[in-house]
Amino acid sequence: MNERELRLKSIEYRKTILTIIHHANAGHTGGSLSCVDILNVLYNHVMNISPQNFDDPNRDRYVQSKGHAVEALYTVLADKGFYSPAELKTLNRYQSHFIGHPTRKVPGVEQNTGALGHGLSVAVGMALAGKLDGRRYRVYTLLGDGELTEGSSWEASMTAAHYKLDNLIVIIDRNGLQITGPTEQVVALESLKDKFEAFGYAVRSCNGNDVGDLLRTLEQVPFEPGKPNLILANTVKGKGVSFIENQIGWHHKVPTAEELARALAELEQAQAELEKVMA
Amino acid sequence: MELGRPNLEEFAATLLELAHRDRNVLVLTSDSRGSGKLVPFASALPDQIIEVGIAEQNLVGIAAGLASAGKKVFAVSPACFLTARAFEQIKNDVAYSDRPVKLIGISAGVSYGALGSTHHSLHDFAALRAVNNLDILAPADNFETREAIRAAYHHPRPIYIRFGKQPMPHVHTPDTRFEVGRAITLRSGTDVTFIATGETVPRAVQACDVLAERGISAGTISMHTIKPLDEEALLIAAQTSRALITVEEHSVYGGLGEACAAALMQRGVFKPLRIVGIPDEYTVTGSQAEIFAHYGITPEGLAITAQKLLAVESVR
Ligand SMILES: Cc1ncc(C[n+]2csc(CCOP(=O)(O)OP(=O)(O)O)c2C)c(N)n1
Ligand SMILES: [Mg+2]
Repeated sequence: MNERELRLKSIEYRKTILTIIHHANAGHTGGSLSCVDILNVLYNHVMNISPQNFDDPNRDRYVQSKGHAVEALYTVLADKGFYSPAELKTLNRYQSHFIGHPTRKVPGVEQNTGALGHGLSVAVGMALAGKLDGRRYRVYTLLGDGELTEGSSWEASMTAAHYKLDNLIVIIDRNGLQITGPTEQVVALESLKDKFEAFGYAVRSCNGNDVGDLLRTLEQVPFEPGKPNLILANTVKGKGVSFIENQIGWHHKVPTAEELARALAELEQAQAELEKVMA
Repeated sequence: MELGRPNLEEFAATLLELAHRDRNVLVLTSDSRGSGKLVPFASALPDQIIEVGIAEQNLVGIAAGLASAGKKVFAVSPACFLTARAFEQIKNDVAYSDRPVKLIGISAGVSYGALGSTHHSLHDFAALRAVNNLDILAPADNFETREAIRAAYHHPRPIYIRFGKQPMPHVHTPDTRFEVGRAITLRSGTDVTFIATGETVPRAVQACDVLAERGISAGTISMHTIKPLDEEALLIAAQTSRALITVEEHSVYGGLGEACAAALMQRGVFKPLRIVGIPDEYTVTGSQAEIFAHYGITPEGLAITAQKLLAVESVR
């Protein structure tokens, strides 16, 4: 898929995310919108993961450590054909497998997550297994920035560097917000670049809401042979909808019918403009 | 029963009162002040709230350190993360080291409903009962919550209190007395007694009404303290009714039910008994109410369990 097609996809995904959250009357709106461009590029351009190869030990792996942004993941997996998009309507419903955090009961989900600060350790294990078995697959994991205060992430980082896991790609959704407020006001994280470099990563930064920038950054993996890769993906929480962007309350606020209509109108306008440029 | 507010809000209001009177009261949060309804607390007493970030192990360890300096520390985090993620800090830094930290598990049990198992705490009674020097409470209504938080303030030992976030009906009359470790008998029944805890208590009380209409005399005890267990109240219930049913928002393993069964059997009391809780399976998806209904934790579900148990009993 080329860059423009990917950009259109991102808009489609945003529309689906907002629609299913509205329908379920629950969900993590801001964090799903901030990371969906990353998932888009990974699933549609970078990773070799599909319903056809999901049993193949050589497939790439994706672990979503910031499990609360599950609506983005479920949306992309439906589009990849792991299940019918109609199933997204059962999100959070009685007896549905589509619960509010990733679960392996849903086809295409690699690892159950939802408690923050677990995904990186699991991804390190998967990457280590790849090295031990001489397989060429890569392991991608997505973390929130607020999530980084969980100490386990740093424990896993030391192991990753120690075992020279250059088949591991850690992506930080650096949207600058958590539930209580801006990360730098809650518990300051900066300088993240220095911290991650000190922990042994090869670090790159990019605009995590720009599919072109993401493509170019991910194409450079491995950044340095023998070092785990880390991408500081600078994003906007709630990206794509003017009144949701950068608003603390939208961490898990659900759009009303009126808000959904307004959001979809904004996204459709962006879509129309993009199609005009493409024509 | 008249509907009150969520126990979560009652907790936050009570804590604010205590903290206004005593500057030594500190509340610790792990990006959990919003979920804990503590935003008003943070505006009113910004110097008495400490934020550690999303780091529950850190939260409990720091709480132990502050308590060692005489601070009255309420460590507030969702029950699931507080008791699973920080279990070793609870065991070693708080209980074993005897630091009287007040561990507050919010949105406990299956309060988080469809957010799934990562967010449920169906293990906390079981895990924490096996830790020495830690009292465990699950208040039912606003009154029990307020009293439990006030008691925690004075409590000389480590204490864990967990509750949910739905508005709760008032189950008590104004003259009720509350004491840690003393169950409260809400109603007596000669056929069956429900020994319930936390948010299941009003459902048990309603089940008594359902059963009364069917000619069965049922009672309810609010066992707000899981540890130390009020064995005296349990024995009285066993003497005065033909059967016992425990009810809890917890796994059927290791919680109130097994605590009661062990206490009775070791005293040589053999009674027909059912443990109602969340069975040992991949928990069904749904809201708290849907999960309760699925597993029979409703007035009707509990009444049917009682009728079946009494039928078996009368055949014997
Ligand atoms: C161990 C754990 N503690 C607390 C939570 C509750 N929680 C869910 S999302 C969240 C904030 C996450 O912030 P961040 O990592 O920055 O995610 P994003 O901004 O991308 O949504 C918190 C505290 C959790 N899911 N797991
Ligand atoms: Mg964030």
